[in-house]
Amino acid sequence: MTDEKLKFAFYWAASCGGCEIAVLDIDEAILDVAAAADILFWPVAMDFKYKDVEAMEDRHIDVCFFNGAIRNSEQKEIAHLLRKKSKVMVAFGSCAVTGGIPGLANMSDKKGIFETVYHDNASIENPDGTVPEPSSEVKEGELTIPEFYDDVDTLDQTVEVDYYLPGCPPPTNLILTAVTAIIKGELPPKGSIIAPNKSVCDECRFEKSEKRITAIKRIYEVEKVEDKCLLEQGIICLGPATRGGCGAPCLDANMPCTGCGGPTPNSLDQGAKMISALASVLGIDNEETSSEEEVDKMIDDIVDPLGTFYKYGLPSSLIKRRVMKE
Amino acid sequence: MKRIGVFVCHCGVNIASKVDVKEVAEYASKLDGVVFAKDYKYMCSDPGGKLIKDSIKEYDLDGVVVASCSPRMHEHTFKNVAEDGGINPFNVEITNIREQCSWAHEDRDEATRKAKILVRASVAKSSLLESLEKSKTPVTHEALVIGAGIAGIQSALDIADDGFKVYLVEKEPTIGGRMAQLDKTFPTLDCSSCILTPKMMEVKNHPNIELMTYSEVTKVEGSVGNYKVKVKKKARYVDLDICNGCFDCTTACRISGHVPDTFNLELGKRSAAYIPFPQAIPLKATIDPDHCLMLRFGKCGDGPLCVKACEPDAIDFTQTDEEVELNVGTIIVATGYDLLNPEKLFEYGYTRSKNVITTLELERLISTSGPTEGDVVLLSSGEKPRSVTFILCAGSRDETKCTWCCRIGCMSVLKHVYLLREKLGVDVEINICYTDIRSFGKGYEEFYRTIRGKGVNFFRGRPSEVRVHPENVTIDIFDTTTNKLFEIGTEMVVLVPALVPRADSEEFSRILGLSRSGDGFLLEAHPKLRPMDTFVNGIFIAGCAQGPKDIADTVAQASGAASRAAAILTKDELENDPLIAWVDPEICVGCGVCVEVCAYSARTLNEVTGIADVDEALCAGCGACISACPSNACTHKNYTKQQLIRMIDEVV
Ligand SMILES: Cc1cc2nc3c(=O)[nH]c(=O)nc-3n(C[C@H](O)[C@H](O)[C@H](O)COP(=O)(O)OP(=O)(O)OC[C@H]3O[C@@H](n4cnc5c(N)ncnc54)[C@H](O)[C@@H]3O)c2cc1C
Repeated sequence: MTDEKLKFAFYWAASCGGCEIAVLDIDEAILDVAAAADILFWPVAMDFKYKDVEAMEDRHIDVCFFNGAIRNSEQKEIAHLLRKKSKVMVAFGSCAVTGGIPGLANMSDKKGIFETVYHDNASIENPDGTVPEPSSEVKEGELTIPEFYDDVDTLDQTVEVDYYLPGCPPPTNLILTAVTAIIKGELPPKGSIIAPNKSVCDECRFEKSEKRITAIKRIYEVEKVEDKCLLEQGIICLGPATRGGCGAPCLDANMPCTGCGGPTPNSLDQGAKMISALASVLGIDNEETSSEEEVDKMIDDIVDPLGTFYKYGLPSSLIKRRVMKE
Repeated sequence: MKRIGVFVCHCGVNIASKVDVKEVAEYASKLDGVVFAKDYKYMCSDPGGKLIKDSIKEYDLDGVVVASCSPRMHEHTFKNVAEDGGINPFNVEITNIREQCSWAHEDRDEATRKAKILVRASVAKSSLLESLEKSKTPVTHEALVIGAGIAGIQSALDIADDGFKVYLVEKEPTIGGRMAQLDKTFPTLDCSSCILTPKMMEVKNHPNIELMTYSEVTKVEGSVGNYKVKVKKKARYVDLDICNGCFDCTTACRISGHVPDTFNLELGKRSAAYIPFPQAIPLKATIDPDHCLMLRFGKCGDGPLCVKACEPDAIDFTQTDEEVELNVGTIIVATGYDLLNPEKLFEYGYTRSKNVITTLELERLISTSGPTEGDVVLLSSGEKPRSVTFILCAGSRDETKCTWCCRIGCMSVLKHVYLLREKLGVDVEINICYTDIRSFGKGYEEFYRTIRGKGVNFFRGRPSEVRVHPENVTIDIFDTTTNKLFEIGTEMVVLVPALVPRADSEEFSRILGLSRSGDGFLLEAHPKLRPMDTFVNGIFIAGCAQGPKDIADTVAQASGAASRAAAILTKDELENDPLIAWVDPEICVGCGVCVEVCAYSARTLNEVTGIADVDEALCAGCGACISACPSNACTHKNYTKQQLIRMIDEVV
């Protein structure tokens, strides 16, 4: 790239805001970023207006870091706008990459969500049954708010994405790798996921031995976590089905991987892969003699399968969402 | 871009009557990458093959799609044709338009439409197929047979006669197995030893058989053609090269007559230095470490009497277990069976009365080489019994114990009736409590009819209880043929316990990587078509290790297993099918899930690289590891995800 300073933009769509903090988590390296780049747009930190962006020439921004999924019309509009104005679009964090926690809303739809949030909820009193409407007439005139969608989409289901930085939030070392590559102009091929190919297990501190699981346990049900692979202790750990690069910090804290790194290379569906693996080794010791009931019982011990296997990836999975019947 | 030829088969009228084959060929010719498409009456015939071969040359094809019957039928044929035609056979893709189109659908238009779609999918996959090479594995021309009952003996002799070296490993000090414990054998009443011992001698003298008794297999590694096996030779405390089998040590032993005689099912006593029976092979003494005073306490009076008695000086208390490693090409497992522990049948009184015994114990009582030298007596008094009652299916065909039939119980009891009449005369009362009499083998029904004429009381039913009294025992049985409840008073009860897997079979099957069926016996690869094969290529099973059976069936299966093994041993190299699993080292982290799910022991963790390997000789290409791999590091060659998704995309 030229000697001229790079132009960055950051945006926050359907997400918790943790990704914004993650940017600051690169600590003093933020100063290098500031030295190398001007930030043209960062609603959470600086006062810019959408019209400032609209006024830019197309492809004026060098790199846009976009976090959050797309769940309303505003997010969709800005995604399109930033795509047009940016040379490089980076899906930043699980929500943008695979749908993230907001993506679990694909188990319901607008109607269902409004029902829970505005009607059927112990802490709500709403005798008129008011729900947000994209447009409402008041005496001063028309008021509009963004439209809430039935579906949560990932960023690349909405606009073309050049690079992906998975993680909830993306690990700082990967952010640094990405930013350094951009500054040095050494970007990998378009479409790359900026993370290693290997799964979390590669970085996990626990010893692996025999993957023969006799029963599923939740972490609180384990009296003392032994110094060996959590999966082998019956704790569902998505490590082997999840792209690494994070350094397995959850495992350092004796907590299982919940899968924020997204699927491993070429995997179609992270959750399905993990389910398939687990089904292959759960109860394998007695698989020839186990009765249907015994198998059912073992499976019943998996509490909240969707939240376990698709915590961060429902919108980008093969199933994508629950089919809502009218 | 690949140059693909599509060949649409009529299969006579099998396909052509329901699928418009000309239209399918016409359609195929317009697909991307297809440079030639043609239909023909019988593509599997010689002229059909020639059409394919000629077209490969003429149109310079490098991919072939044959739309015909199921790949199970002729995939092989077409691969060979393509190879003859000069292209890599793995560039052949079969579309099944017979079983899946013409045979499955009534409507000609619909069947034709489906055939076109399937051909389109195959063409798309064909463009992504890779050329693969078959790797080769050299074969070690030696075999291992584990267990030397009649099954192992027969297998070993057959392979040895074929000219290959056989290691025969037996965990007891002698070969012979259960058959050596039997007196006569049904239905012909040959004396068991008379037909068994010549075979045992043959084993001993065969130049191609290396016998390893009192030994156990502890580890098996490698794959078909090249197994590395560790065998533990237990210390015998007798030098086999020196011992001449004179029995002097066994009589001299200080505790002679005080050690339970295991060969005689503890009905008699022996010494700590022992030879199980007079025809044992090898005819060598063994010193029982659990009882020998020297071995237990380091001291035997003022010096071990066996050592004093042994003229050639064969006894050596300093011996230790020894481990040897064998390299073999194939393995036959013939480890036999156990009887269900009769103590588990509490209601039948085995633990409460000495006069309740098992059939195998009765065999030893009947045998002239047994503890009573052939006198059938009550163990409580040593008197001849005046009445004997057999209880069949003790634990067999029982939902709460063993669900299966032991397949030898009925016949062995009929045999015993015959022998008891011989030994005890016509006056002794004989009762049989049975569920069904299963006399299914050749000559068995005839034998049964003979016994029915021998004055036996048959009760059809299962005794609820055997009650023990000071003088005799009584049995309560509801006879289902007369619908009456009987109380049978009898002096001796003979239980026919279920046949069960060897006690160590779980651990043992793990060592070999073999699967077991629900009953715990070793699992065959197919119950009808591959009864001697296991899921591990190159390991075969024979005899009761696979499931209960009589001697005739055991020997038949043992010879079968031997010929399956010899089919490997006669080859110098084995070709490995390349359609197997493949691991991407860039992705695999060695989590080990694949290792657990592989039924063929083909997946192992490489300790150096930390990732999972595929043994090309063992992998059967079943795909279990591929779906199980959580990291998606495993793919099936030429059934890759990309290829399959391309096919699905074409179809939907
Ligand atoms: C009471 C009774 C009467 C019978 N009468 C008849 C009859 O009249 N006619 C008939 O046809 N059948 C009869 N049978 C059936 C007959 O016993 C079997 O068919 C036959 O013995 C099966 O032979 P096998 O070699 O498979 O097993 P086995 O005879 O059990 O031999 C297995 C051998 O393997 C060895 N072994 C086991 N585990 C290991 C290991 N881990 N490593 C090394 N070696 C090992 C054992 O020590 C043994 O020597 C009778 C059975 C019973 C119980």
